[in-house]
Amino acid sequence: MSSIMVSRIRQKQIYQMISSGKRLDGRGLMDYRPIKIETGIIEKAEGSARVLLGKTEIVVGVKVEIGEPFPDRPNEGVFTVNSEFVPLASPEFEPGPPNEEAIELARIVDRGIRESQAIDLEKLCLIPGRKVYVIFIDIYVLNHDGNLIDASAIASLAALLNTKIPMYVIENGEVKRMSEYMPLPVRNYPIAVTFANISDKLVVDPWLEEEEVMNARLTITCDKDSNICAVQKGGQGALTPQQIIEAAYIAKGKSEELRRLVVESIGQKM
Amino acid sequence: MFYFENRQIVTPGELLAEGDYIAGSNTYKEGLKIYASRLGLVEYEERTVQVIALNSVYIPSPGDQVIGKIEDINVNGWTVDINSPYKGILRANDAFNKPFKQQRDNLANLLDVGDLILAKVVAFDRTIDPILTIREPGLGKITQGQIVRVSPAKVPRIIGRKASMINMIKRETECKIIVGRNGIVLVSGPSPENERLAILAIERIAQEAHTSGLTDRIAEMIKREKGVKA
Amino acid sequence: MSGKIRLIDENGLRVDGRKPNELRPIKMEVGVLSNADGSAYIEQGKSKILAAVYGPREVHPRHLALPDRALLRCRYHMAPFSVEERKSPAPSRREIELSKVIREALEPAVFLEKFPRTSIDVFIEVLQADGGTRCAGTTVAALALADAGIPMRDMVVACAAGKIDGVLVLDLNDIEDKEGEADLPVAYMPNLGLISLLQMDGTLTFEEFKQALNLAIEGCKQIYRLQKEALKAKYVAIKEEVEEACLQ
Repeated sequence: MSSIMVSRIRQKQIYQMISSGKRLDGRGLMDYRPIKIETGIIEKAEGSARVLLGKTEIVVGVKVEIGEPFPDRPNEGVFTVNSEFVPLASPEFEPGPPNEEAIELARIVDRGIRESQAIDLEKLCLIPGRKVYVIFIDIYVLNHDGNLIDASAIASLAALLNTKIPMYVIENGEVKRMSEYMPLPVRNYPIAVTFANISDKLVVDPWLEEEEVMNARLTITCDKDSNICAVQKGGQGALTPQQIIEAAYIAKGKSEELRRLVVESIGQKM
Repeated sequence: MFYFENRQIVTPGELLAEGDYIAGSNTYKEGLKIYASRLGLVEYEERTVQVIALNSVYIPSPGDQVIGKIEDINVNGWTVDINSPYKGILRANDAFNKPFKQQRDNLANLLDVGDLILAKVVAFDRTIDPILTIREPGLGKITQGQIVRVSPAKVPRIIGRKASMINMIKRETECKIIVGRNGIVLVSGPSPENERLAILAIERIAQEAHTSGLTDRIAEMIKREKGVKA
Repeated sequence: MSGKIRLIDENGLRVDGRKPNELRPIKMEVGVLSNADGSAYIEQGKSKILAAVYGPREVHPRHLALPDRALLRCRYHMAPFSVEERKSPAPSRREIELSKVIREALEPAVFLEKFPRTSIDVFIEVLQADGGTRCAGTTVAALALADAGIPMRDMVVACAAGKIDGVLVLDLNDIEDKEGEADLPVAYMPNLGLISLLQMDGTLTFEEFKQALNLAIEGCKQIYRLQKEALKAKYVAIKEEVEEACLQ
């Protein structure tokens, strides 16, 4: 529950500007802040990425291990998403286990990846029912200047596309590690687009002060075919059905823009 | 334009009226529309629309008579539980009639943790906890009787129009009854049986507060109960 | 994924015999616990959920108090015996997320500014879970708030829509949620026409999303009628008793 207590004057300024179609930092209502994506920055992780969205900074590390599959999905690899709001990222973050916001963020990013089936989990099965790849996606928030969700989703996708997994061969019913690596099989590209509802208008990519004064927040995650694979409303306010439909419509185009950025930064073709 | 009949039960959020009316208690206005904010009976008057709530929280108001329980003693006075989200503050100056010396023993001797008091709210606003006093005649420590708790929303009904209901119960049960605005009622009578009758009547009123003809029905009920014992 | 269960049969009926836009049988009761300031109970299909409200009351710990409004706290919790495989009583990440999401569903409806420096605590206990527990939990929590006499702008009512075997359906039960293609829980403030909870997981096209959202809102409106009846029930019953007694 961050509360940097935006002053009343500032709050009024934000409302007024947005009512007239502009934002305090000069952006249009539907503009993202400048995005910078770097991958492979943590050599000890099997995959990693660093994203700057305006001044929000996220690092995602992917670690790969071998483990047991879930009993009801013996032929599939496993992945989990965790997020840490480390205290150095904001005066509002306290040390300790993830709070409700950190947990919510991890679960939203997880949903995007899981429902879009971005990771081809069946290709991560080594011995059915016994040995599969386990992918740990850890989201580390380094600086909080608003819209952690979108930045984390972009960084997670970039990190997954950057991930190389060690190859194994099956010998005598056991797995044996080889020296070669192969890219993690990623077949979809989920992107989250978050809106804030301020002064009855929708703005995309809210920064910290806009988040403080917003009525409510809506995140729409789209996959590469413009299907919606995750939605999450947040915040203490409420939205009209029309606003929700409008946001879902805009998210289709916006997610495509962001997706292209991610793919370009990896140097891959989709 | 009224959307319900008088005394119908309404739920939070229901549109009660549209037009140039005043939003009375337990309602709120948006533009020209008046909505209910609590579960209760809607009452339409000429210019006002209000809801008589079936249950509500006690928010202190200066001038209210309340019954409270001492919770804590500190250097300056006592903290009092007045059945409200806000704790009552009784300062030593508002309890003693002569200037007092700051010694903790003095305070505990007068009022100890667990004692019941009849007090009056002197001041309350958003920034402070309610300030109480017991310095007026009739106020002070309660030494006998039984306590009944009802929802604060029922207090007006228990008192009745021009105190008709409460006076009837006092008469019929021969009990002294003090009704705190905070939903706490003190009943003190010549015998436990009298007190039981009074408590029965009060609890019944709280339960049937939303019905009509209540005063007569309660009077009859008391007479019937007395008749049974005779 | 493997061993696909048919969720819609050749007559277009679901595993429990319902039509696509049919709700499960719902039972609600208000004022079921004597200690809480407000309480309510709901059964929706096989889901059984109890909600209690304490407050407005003093905030503990004190430093959490807000100077200008009440602090709304919400705990969504599943009993260990509520699901097929015993669930550990410790709060899971899912319960923590749902506690937040349900709290945010109720917040816009409550007049929090009327009770500065207090807390309103909402406790939701899922006694038996068969899908749709966050929606039924929101619905029953709103009943408990109204029962406690806490002033509200509107009621909050919730219902989920989704897609199973390619068909858009209303009020998914547990199997449909696990095996289906999409689940969209929605909480709605029926008189103000606003949505205060919205989540989706699965895959829907934009058109399907629009239709599913509208379907969920229709479900909410139906459940709202039951909510109103449940709130009035206790008082209507007493009124009728009294009137009958008078006639004799």
